[in-house]
Amino acid sequence: MASDKKFEPTNPTVKWVEDRLPMMGLIYSSLGAGYNAPRNLNYWWNFGSLALFMLVVQIVTGIILVMHYVPHVDMAFDSVQHIRRDVNYGWLVQAVHANGASMFFIVVYIHILRGFYFGSYKAPREILWFLGIIIYLLMMATGFMGYVLPWGQMSFWGAKVITSLFGAFDFVPFIGDGIVEWLWGGFAVGQPTLNRFFSLHYLLPFVLVGVVILHVWALHIPGSTNPLGIDAKGPYDKIPFHPYYTAKDAFGLGVFIIFFAGFVFYIPDFLGHPDNYIKANPLVTPAHIVPEWYYLPFYAILRAIPNELIGVVAMFASILILFAMPWLDGSRIRSMRFRPLSQFFFWIFVVNGLFLGFLGQKAPDDILLASFDVTDFSRVSLTYYFGYFLVVMPLVSRMETTKPIPTSIAAAVLEANKKG
Amino acid sequence: MATHDDVVEERRNFLYLATGAAGAVAVGGAVWPLVDQMNPSKDVLALSSIEIDLTKIAEGQSAVFLWRGNPVFVRHRTADEIAEAAADDAAEDLIDPENDADRVQKPEWLVMSGVCTHLGCVPLDQKGEFGGWYCPCHGSHYDISGRIRKGPAPLNLPIVDYVFLDDATIQIG
Amino acid sequence: MMKNINVKGLMATVVGATMLVAASNANAADSTAMHPERNEYTSAGIFGKWDIPSLQRGFQVYQEVCAACHSMDLVAFRTLSDIGYNEDEIKAIAIEYEYETIDGDGEETFRPGIPADYFPAPFANEAAARSANNGALPPDFSTLVKAREHLGFFSSTYGEDYIVALMTGYEEDVPASAPEGFELPEGSYYNHYFEGNAIAMAPPLFDEMVEYADGTPATMHQMAYDVANFMAWASDPTMQERKQMGLKVMLFMFFFVILLYFTNKRVWAKVKKGEDIDPSKI
Repeated sequence: MASDKKFEPTNPTVKWVEDRLPMMGLIYSSLGAGYNAPRNLNYWWNFGSLALFMLVVQIVTGIILVMHYVPHVDMAFDSVQHIRRDVNYGWLVQAVHANGASMFFIVVYIHILRGFYFGSYKAPREILWFLGIIIYLLMMATGFMGYVLPWGQMSFWGAKVITSLFGAFDFVPFIGDGIVEWLWGGFAVGQPTLNRFFSLHYLLPFVLVGVVILHVWALHIPGSTNPLGIDAKGPYDKIPFHPYYTAKDAFGLGVFIIFFAGFVFYIPDFLGHPDNYIKANPLVTPAHIVPEWYYLPFYAILRAIPNELIGVVAMFASILILFAMPWLDGSRIRSMRFRPLSQFFFWIFVVNGLFLGFLGQKAPDDILLASFDVTDFSRVSLTYYFGYFLVVMPLVSRMETTKPIPTSIAAAVLEANKKG
Repeated sequence: MATHDDVVEERRNFLYLATGAAGAVAVGGAVWPLVDQMNPSKDVLALSSIEIDLTKIAEGQSAVFLWRGNPVFVRHRTADEIAEAAADDAAEDLIDPENDADRVQKPEWLVMSGVCTHLGCVPLDQKGEFGGWYCPCHGSHYDISGRIRKGPAPLNLPIVDYVFLDDATIQIG
Repeated sequence: MMKNINVKGLMATVVGATMLVAASNANAADSTAMHPERNEYTSAGIFGKWDIPSLQRGFQVYQEVCAACHSMDLVAFRTLSDIGYNEDEIKAIAIEYEYETIDGDGEETFRPGIPADYFPAPFANEAAARSANNGALPPDFSTLVKAREHLGFFSSTYGEDYIVALMTGYEEDVPASAPEGFELPEGSYYNHYFEGNAIAMAPPLFDEMVEYADGTPATMHQMAYDVANFMAWASDPTMQERKQMGLKVMLFMFFFVILLYFTNKRVWAKVKKGEDIDPSKI
């Protein structure tokens, strides 16, 4: 059970192909009965395959949308309406793609938080973790540019606000002065901007596929970690990926699709913004410029800092700090199941993150409690956000009393069954 | 006699079969919209038929209309032309024999595709040796009924699907 | 699996999610516009369907009242088949409109509309529209109801309700409920539901303004309700098809997921209990 099986074809035609290009052997040994995974993975481990599913969905629906979309400032908005009204099932493809972006982020956020809780970033999986962060950054860029394409009011003004932020770097010698105009291709967000965002929005998902391949490859070297955080050593610690995890992933996918379909068929505009149903107008600013929900926590961090440059740096730093996690966390125990104090601070981190998202969609001077406004609360929240990485994690991980870990995965399974 | 294990095995197989079948249905249902979206969209289909006002075409005149992306020739034939077309029914050099009467609903209105049946060029009006059309690409000559008389084209200019809505209007497609 | 759910974690996430959600419902703190009340529309809910007679009445209101100033650029006459008109009726509607074209000599002329045409705009361009309306631009109706929709977890404002409220929410004089120091600019009208309360559009509807073909009394509220319904259709013509397909998809998926659940359970039966483990070897 512990050693990986090899693909041994009996059919002579299959063998002929395999000898020349071992494609089926590769699939067998990475997803099939030839690849082993810990026997105790729980449903938090489904989210990686869900993320891969969403990537495929976005690429397929995206390529179809490009068959009908026109990337010109005078026609973009109308072409999206043409897709929704005239193209056969166009409304469905567009609703899947627009809501699919949100689904992709929901799934990836849960996948990342799973990593936090179960110590997936710890040795020997550091590069796996780095590749994941790169995937996340690529998703952010792709999503940002994609939202501009329908050329509604939020598309335009969101593009304007975020690209203008790079003006904070105008102190950089030689290139600083022209950065924003270089991004825009002009003196403001306009046709050149729309065209290049369209090109890059088509390109980046394929770069993402490449990074995902590296991500899965990096995973398959040590194999998956598991909820107990202990290495799989013995002969009964692992089971073949197929049929156990193919069946479990299929079930998880089915449940997820119900959730996804609920949005697509019944509330397709819930996660969007109504102002994007108004054609972009450079002369009229919307009452509240708000990015899509998955950017809100970072938007809150950006706005809370009065200095523009530091605000931009803090916004990027809030993601880049994840690269340091394998070293900030000094615990010898991987999984927070055995680290109760870390658990406590982790859940506060999660609530704090959701709170930052809540703050990101309010106006900065809205009063929330007593005389404290959104900006005041944002500053407290971002302090906890950075404090969690820079202070809490290094100290708690090295000083907390941990619970005793089981001797092996198989032993833990037998224990659990004796009790249950 | 079937053992309990046999029964369980059968139930397991049925379950897997049912799940697999449902999966195939799901995939099929998901794939169909992805394929159908490439079919002509509603706005393209809306332009799939056009109406033509015949009062604008004088006797002895031809007009060209764009229909489904291709040219349609409409000629208001004179009495002489109609006679000539009917007489040529018996011509020996008809490459694709067809009676003129079979090509028109009303003899004075010739409504046909303007795409040469050889390799798709658009023939020129009132040119060629047979009083009809001449295709400059490879030298096909069509007569006053749109029949191929000389040259490489294999078939007569196809008659398009049309109806008379009234004496002054036809609908093509 | 149930044993392992971290209760603290779950509660924390619920609290956080609730906050995120609550935010989406609050109006901006300084908004003086009243919140529109809910009207009953057959298009609401998971089984929503279009109310064809109401849509036809609404279309009549659009043609006779609104179309004088408001364009609907993205709606083609042929789509009126959605609201119960047949091919001949649509042709008759289209033919009433004129479209610029060029004749055989290259001269500009006009041709009658065909079903494939889109509703023509009342003004040649934005500048002309503004100049005829005191500097304000009457918005296009094609996606307007969707642009006025605010969805939240606890309360939502549907675009149709906003339109009905707007149409019927005018006051001849600035009321006592207006914020302190409120001044009505010249050429504006007071409206309870418009952001800032001063709207450039004069009250567009009054009782018995149109005579409904089906004999329904044309009260101001009825006309507002019908035209808002029509505008909701114009903004989201695939609503009914979407919900009907949704029902089929959801029913199938529930059935499929049940099969997947049992398949998964079957696959895992032995391994779950550790029956494959030889305790002497771990």
